[in-house]
Amino acid sequence: MGIKTSNEKFFDRVEKGINDSFMRKAVVEAQGRLEGRKTQTTEELGNWEDWRDLAEEIRQHTLENLDYYLEQFVENVSNQGGHVFFAETAEEANEYITSVVKDKKAKNIIKSKSMVTEEIGMNGALEEIGCNVVESDLGEWILQLDDHDPPSHIVVPALHKNKEQIRDTFKVKRQYDKSSDPTELALFAREQLRKDFLAAEVGITGCNFAVAESGSITLVTNEGNARMSTTLPKTQITVMGMERIVPTWKELDILVSMLCRSAVGQKLTSYITGLTAAKEEGDVDGPEEFHVVIIDNGRSKILGTKFQSTLQCIRCAACINVCPVYRHVGGHSYGSIYPGPIGAVLTPLLEGYDDYKELPYASTLCAACTEACPVKIPLHELLIEHRKDIVEEAGKTSFAEKLAMKGYAFAMSNPGVYRIGSKAAPSVIGPIAKGGEGKGPGPVKLWTQIRDLPEPTGESFRKWFEGRDKKGDKS
Amino acid sequence: MKVSLFLTCLADVVYPASVGRSTVEILERLGCEVDFPKKQTCCGQPAFNSGFHKESREVAKHMIKTFESAEYVVSPSGSCTSMLHEYEKLFEDDLEWQVKAKELAKKSYELTQFIVDVLKIEDVGAEFNGNVTYHTSCHMTRLLGVKEAPMKLLENVKGLKFTELPFKQQCCGFGGTFSVKMVPISEQMVNEKVHHIEETEAEVLIGADLGCLMNIGGRIDRQGKSVKVMHIAEILNSRGEAG
Repeated sequence: MGIKTSNEKFFDRVEKGINDSFMRKAVVEAQGRLEGRKTQTTEELGNWEDWRDLAEEIRQHTLENLDYYLEQFVENVSNQGGHVFFAETAEEANEYITSVVKDKKAKNIIKSKSMVTEEIGMNGALEEIGCNVVESDLGEWILQLDDHDPPSHIVVPALHKNKEQIRDTFKVKRQYDKSSDPTELALFAREQLRKDFLAAEVGITGCNFAVAESGSITLVTNEGNARMSTTLPKTQITVMGMERIVPTWKELDILVSMLCRSAVGQKLTSYITGLTAAKEEGDVDGPEEFHVVIIDNGRSKILGTKFQSTLQCIRCAACINVCPVYRHVGGHSYGSIYPGPIGAVLTPLLEGYDDYKELPYASTLCAACTEACPVKIPLHELLIEHRKDIVEEAGKTSFAEKLAMKGYAFAMSNPGVYRIGSKAAPSVIGPIAKGGEGKGPGPVKLWTQIRDLPEPTGESFRKWFEGRDKKGDKS
Repeated sequence: MKVSLFLTCLADVVYPASVGRSTVEILERLGCEVDFPKKQTCCGQPAFNSGFHKESREVAKHMIKTFESAEYVVSPSGSCTSMLHEYEKLFEDDLEWQVKAKELAKKSYELTQFIVDVLKIEDVGAEFNGNVTYHTSCHMTRLLGVKEAPMKLLENVKGLKFTELPFKQQCCGFGGTFSVKMVPISEQMVNEKVHHIEETEAEVLIGADLGCLMNIGGRIDRQGKSVKVMHIAEILNSRGEAG
């Protein structure tokens, strides 16, 4: 699939999202539920702000010393018989992964949830060489069955679908004949997936955190599917973003706890799996061969820039769960597998502004995201940084806006000009203040599409203040 | 105590005089000597948030100069006050102006913050009769960090029947240029806000930021609804009026 999920224009996607009343209801409910649970578990933990400071420090320290920790991790994986491949691009990663699969003469592949494999479009690459790739995360499986519907949330990918839609998908694609009861649906999925787990020659996983000191990878799930994907197939390939690393198990402990609380409001998810190397003699299960593919795909270009903090992200979606824009437009409006505030910051960094120039503006800068982020990424400030780059470097601002901003700066730093403008304002606003739908000059016209303006009444503040100055009346 | 009023461009140009007048009258009643530096314009936030930082810097310099000799700068806006605190970032490569920006930030307060934190007053002797609710604006709470002050002051207003706004932490959809650049999204956001306001059955929506109030009030008016929108300064300056 890759990062891009749609060829439609931004405002067309937004319109679609706004008109999808089911999706909007689902998002409002999910935001309420996830945010509510998060608040509960973080309050239970206590001193949440101190934990955030600590998590930020860990992530910053790791990024500052990323080369060191990556080297340590790679050394530890290799020393224990694992294979490591560092992929600079998505193509390189897919080439390596398909070559391992070909080498094993594998046809059936089982996957646990991984955003980075979506980012590099891995499933497509494997399907091209004739593999049957099965997503084993329930949400991802539903989307895969539904003709590869893109995810609309990074933790809850099928958030936009209701149980009736899921039942219908199962019915059409897998001859499901039972009800839309979630238990029945899940049971059916479980039965279907069991066959795929057993048939798989290769298991592919993402990686929530890699532990440098031991060369381990860790997976955080609630369904247990990641454990199945890593115990049954003979070959395991783990794909991870190059920033997804912690120095030791001590830091992992802290970040996992914060990830679970921030993502789904659980102290810990049902399964936190730590895997080190392939199966050893005496082990009852686990893969015989273990590969780690470390993905750059634009990340090292972000390191050392003003956007470096973006790489602190632990993919918890706390920012998405509080975002008032996401709330109304949904994940598909972003046109990227990474939606919401983190998506609006990250997507243009990875893919450039051409297809995503609207994303940094699709925010009121209300800072709910920044406040929610467990690793303290200043998301709303980074959106402003994007806007700045769009204006100053990318040159993607319209001539009219540039002119307007120049005019604005001139008027606002020249009180005389400002006064002339403000004296004229009532005569401009007055006639259109009430019900002047889509009337007025420039941005006023856009304002009045949906709102009235305050009616100018009586004397101005300045006149009033001057008047009492003259009278010496300050009572 | 000498206070220089930063009225903000919305209160100066777009809104009726009563917001500024109320701010002055409250501060004077509480013993402050209020002056109004006439050269003041806008805080520069529209340019800053749109990424036009060169333009924003020009405006910031003008504002820094305008308020250079002020002892305290007080403004009836959390958002514009928070912008004064952002100036420092605009002058990262200009030590001279950065120092000046820091000085301005240090002495700048939002109105309710100033009354509660500096004047140490929580009861301004106001009386306002009516059912009200309060919109917590995002920049005031999250960027400036002022959460308690307006509530403390409203608690002591006689006659006020207060109902908390459901989903009060949700942005109203103003967002400065967002309101005109992203009209369809802004519309959905403000619709939800108006809906929650109606749920409280309040006659008056109080806020401390004219940007939000202009957005919410403008939508309420367009929809022909009867909820009145008032700035917190107007409430705190009331002496027994009814909503």
